[in-house]
Amino acid sequence: MLECKNINSFYGKAHILNDLCMSVDAGTVVSLLGRNGAGKTTTIKSIMQMVVPKTGQVTFLDRDITGWPPHKVARMGLGYVPEERRIFTDLTILENLEVGRQPARDGSIEWTIEMLFEIFPNLKERRNNRGKELSGGEQQMLTIARTLMGNPKLLLLDEPSEGIAPVIVEQMAETILNLKAQGVTVLISEQNLHFARIVADRAVIIESGSLKFDGTFLDLDAQPEIQGAYLSV
Amino acid sequence: MTDVLKTDGLSKSFGGIRAVHNVNFTVAEGELLALIGPNGAGKTTCFNMLMGQLKPTSGKVYLHGEDLAGLAPREIWRKGVGRTFQITGTYQSMTVIENVQMALISHHKRLFSILKYAHKLYRDEAMSLLELVGMADQAERHCAILAYGDLKRLELAIALCNHPRLLLMDEPTAGMAPKERIGLMQLTTDIVKNRKISVLFTEHDMDVVFTHAHRIMVLNRGELIANGTSEEIRNDARVQEVYLGGGHLFEKDEDQINA
Amino acid sequence: MSLLIAQFLTGLANAAALFLVASGLSLIFGVTRIVNFAHGSFYMLGAFIGYSLMQVLPGFFGFWSSVLLAGIAVGLIGVIVEMFVLRPIYKAPELFQLVATFGVILVIQDLTLMTWGAVDVLGPRVPGLKGVVRILGEPVPQYDLALIAITPFVLFALWYLITKTRVGILVRAATQDREMVGALGVNQAWLFTGVFFLGAALAGLGGAIQLPKGGADLLMDFNILAAIFVVVVIGGMGSLPGAYLAAVLISVLNVFGVSYIPQSTLVLMFVVMAVVLMVKPFGLLGREEVAGEHGQVGEPERPFKPAGKKGRIIVAALLLLLALLPVFGSSFAMVLVTDIIIFCLFAASLHFILGLGGLVSFGHAAYFGGGAYVAALLVSSAGTPMELAFLLAPLGACLAAVIIGWLCIRLTGVYFAMLTMAFAQLLWSLVYQWDEFTGGDDGLVDIWPSPWLAETEAYYYLTLIVGVGGIILLRHTAHTPFGYALRASRDSSRQAEATGIHTKRVQWAAFAFAGSMAGLAGALFVFSKGSIFPTELEIARSFDALIVVFLGGVKTLSGAVVGGATLELVKDYLTRFEYWRLILGVLIIVIVILAPDGIVGSLRKLGERTGLLREAEVSK
Ligand SMILES: Nc1ncnc2c1ncn2[C@@H]1O[C@H](COP(=O)(O)OP(=O)(O)OP(=O)(O)O)[C@@H](O)[C@H]1O
Ligand SMILES: Nc1ncnc2c1ncn2[C@@H]1O[C@H](COP(=O)(O)OP(=O)(O)OP(=O)(O)O)[C@@H](O)[C@H]1O
Ligand SMILES: [Mg+2]
Ligand SMILES: [Mg+2]
Repeated sequence: MLECKNINSFYGKAHILNDLCMSVDAGTVVSLLGRNGAGKTTTIKSIMQMVVPKTGQVTFLDRDITGWPPHKVARMGLGYVPEERRIFTDLTILENLEVGRQPARDGSIEWTIEMLFEIFPNLKERRNNRGKELSGGEQQMLTIARTLMGNPKLLLLDEPSEGIAPVIVEQMAETILNLKAQGVTVLISEQNLHFARIVADRAVIIESGSLKFDGTFLDLDAQPEIQGAYLSV
Repeated sequence: MTDVLKTDGLSKSFGGIRAVHNVNFTVAEGELLALIGPNGAGKTTCFNMLMGQLKPTSGKVYLHGEDLAGLAPREIWRKGVGRTFQITGTYQSMTVIENVQMALISHHKRLFSILKYAHKLYRDEAMSLLELVGMADQAERHCAILAYGDLKRLELAIALCNHPRLLLMDEPTAGMAPKERIGLMQLTTDIVKNRKISVLFTEHDMDVVFTHAHRIMVLNRGELIANGTSEEIRNDARVQEVYLGGGHLFEKDEDQINA
Repeated sequence: MSLLIAQFLTGLANAAALFLVASGLSLIFGVTRIVNFAHGSFYMLGAFIGYSLMQVLPGFFGFWSSVLLAGIAVGLIGVIVEMFVLRPIYKAPELFQLVATFGVILVIQDLTLMTWGAVDVLGPRVPGLKGVVRILGEPVPQYDLALIAITPFVLFALWYLITKTRVGILVRAATQDREMVGALGVNQAWLFTGVFFLGAALAGLGGAIQLPKGGADLLMDFNILAAIFVVVVIGGMGSLPGAYLAAVLISVLNVFGVSYIPQSTLVLMFVVMAVVLMVKPFGLLGREEVAGEHGQVGEPERPFKPAGKKGRIIVAALLLLLALLPVFGSSFAMVLVTDIIIFCLFAASLHFILGLGGLVSFGHAAYFGGGAYVAALLVSSAGTPMELAFLLAPLGACLAAVIIGWLCIRLTGVYFAMLTMAFAQLLWSLVYQWDEFTGGDDGLVDIWPSPWLAETEAYYYLTLIVGVGGIILLRHTAHTPFGYALRASRDSSRQAEATGIHTKRVQWAAFAFAGSMAGLAGALFVFSKGSIFPTELEIARSFDALIVVFLGGVKTLSGAVVGGATLELVKDYLTRFEYWRLILGVLIIVIVILAPDGIVGSLRKLGERTGLLREAEVSK
């Protein structure tokens, strides 16, 4: 469904992604693992074309999206949940959700605000509060809900469990599995191996911007040296 | 043991929302105390009231028995309270070491000095603090491009500049890899021991909390619902329901399942 | 009583155009974060285009279609400006775009002059609304009543658009974080263009609709600029009902002011603004603006260190060259360099608070002109010796900066900028209207230096030593703990406050220091010219410094000096042409687009890219 072929991304002169190749198959949940600064966020941004890879190709649903403006990428059905949350602090929760709303796409679930409130009850309570009045965790929930409003086919989650209470993380794991059951594909960047293990079918490990491992968790368990070298667990 | 910090009926409402309600607790000397609770429970709000960023709607905060009412954060800082933030706020235009030097300059009350170059002042002291938190090799890097985890470490170094007696840490290990989390908390534990500092911290990573905290308080919807040791908190039905959940996300349980 | 009511209605009618233009400005600022200096120019274009259309379209419907068409035409001009001038520089540091819009002002001024000539035109009377209605016996023009009736509808329509519709929500979201809005699937480029169209169209409408009351002339762009800024700020940034209230308040007070205290007209609105901001720091209906809350625009400033050996050698060589100028240069060259150094010191002092402190002052001329007037008044009224007057000038400016700073520092962002402008304007009108003491419009003349400094050459050396000394002092201070504390307060006031820094006090001190340095430049200025006029206190003077700082590069230490020298030189050359504004405007726009980091910043980047300069430590 999504494929990155030999992408190289830079911040100014700093070479961050180094000939990175990876792919995500339709209907699966793939977790992107790696140490701090390994390049997980940069990978996700490169897929969204918020950082445009200097060389290499990103294809989504068999179309080359390299160099597209991000809004077109989003309209193709890629939903991006940023690590730093980036909610609209002056807008209410309902308005934040409205910004994310996109017309339904065939072949993906059509999310409604009620469905999202069911997953994130905190948001329901605060629906008319401005973004800046939310706690850190509530903001994180809002970010995910906002992106789901776009009815994405592939969801890019950048460290969604960060700063979220364990109960909610559990619910989030359920939600992700739920999404998967409904046909949404997910690429999730994570530091929390336990969480990744619960939700993901496949692990992709990167280090210094290149691929170091790609396989199931069973494969990963069979290679403890990889875990030791690249995950610092 | 004497109490470093004591709150008395601390409350805060935002409009109609009771973010914190009648919270009473003490922090003892040399204690590593965790404040946990669901998102939006009021932890950060509590911190903001302790250090003067917010004015409580009612209630008092005492530091070594002294009432802190009406003091600005900078004044509370001078009384020996350091803090790290949930959302970091380091000086983006400076290098890592300059960030620390800035706090040292403030500590030595030389903010208005215009004779010497700032980047030459207290360099060694700053360097040793950076060494302490494992950031010495990044001392000359531009702060704006640091990884999030490293920012958290830097904040800790800055917070230590004025030799605080109490350290408030809001999600100190957020954004870090598991091993680094343990490392940072180990470091904090050592600092607590060596420098006789008390630490009050919030955290959503239960591995960190259960391994390192001497005592844990649980906040839910602005009210304290539990207070005790790791064991007590872990087995508290109410806490499990509102916060911990089934618990299959922690290392320990995972190991038990495997075993 | 009836007269009062009639006057009130006149004020209410005058508020119509003011509100239309101001709401457009507010909209554009709200979404794009661009302080659109060219908004007055859109207003002027609306008036002229409307006028031309009214000549061809007759009758009642002809009039109103002309108004609408003028609005649309100006909206399209706005679109052109947005697409070709502003779009390339959205990634530049915040507020940089105002330099580009300043270029647009100059271009539009000369284009208007070319098209319509240098005559004032009178607007037509509106067919069907030529008469008056008697209200309590007083005649009130029908057209005024029409305006009073129309405005609330416009207000409601705009308010509905912004708060209730999806487009409005997107617009407000984009105000804060355009990139994220884009990542959510919204084509934000068009959103911006749309907003610019609407904002410019409102200004054009305002210009056309006031034709029957005011006509059109070539000065109306600058004349309304201050007023609409004031309206937007009094109302509260981004609040449409606030802008309406403020427009009414200002217009009505103005009508009364003209009738009862004529000498107040120049300052009235600034006094109102100052009072409102001191009571309600975010305007009547505005909400708190947190600086830097709108997503990081452009890359963060880089750390800097005092110049290395190479840099010092270059500067020393340059200074040596300047010191030798009297030997090989003409006296004309000396006068030019004197002017340049004075201007550079002025700009550098603004850069100190603007670049390092993030305090955008729109009224820095108050301290430059203030210092100059202090010196001139001491000499002319008190017979003080020149040397003493020269030394007291920066002190006087410092005193003014201490007082004004104390009042302004509590505000942040655009509110701070506007309040500083208000006080500068206050000072200006004081000087302008207090004839007996300050000479008013005629200024003060015969303020020459003491005999030992009277020669061009001697004064040149004085300027070189004092001016360059001042610049070096400012630079040195940037590297000291004080300069660092100032930057810390800008980067993160929360962190600074939590580590013992009294941010407001640091900023206040910096403001006073920058004020004294501007005063020093003013002292150098007055004795080099031998005279001083109120123009040195004008908004335009403050803008000059502002433009130069941005053009040179806010995020660099030498930006102000390089920008100042460049602009002064270019201006000196260009002013000999008839349409020099057009050329200068285009030049500014081109520089802005080619060098989005300012001249110094962009040269440095170019140097790094080509390997001529060593790259600052960015990555390992
Ligand atoms: N704007 C930037 N300019 C320069 N370097 C950057 C920038 N943003 C990130 N980097 C660098 O790029 C590298 C990869 O960063 P990235 O954010 O992709 O890592 P990550 O794997 O997401 O880490 P984390 O787990 O901390 O989120 C890091 O070394 C970081 O310092
Ligand atoms: N300025 C404010 N105005 C209105 N409500 C606020 C404001 N600040 C916080 N709140 C509300 O107060 C509650 C407590 O927020 P707080 O930030 O203290 O939570 P927290 O315990 O730190 O949560 P988290 O773990 O998610 O960071 C939240 O429900 C939040 O929405
Ligand atoms: Mg990341
Ligand atoms: Mg919090």
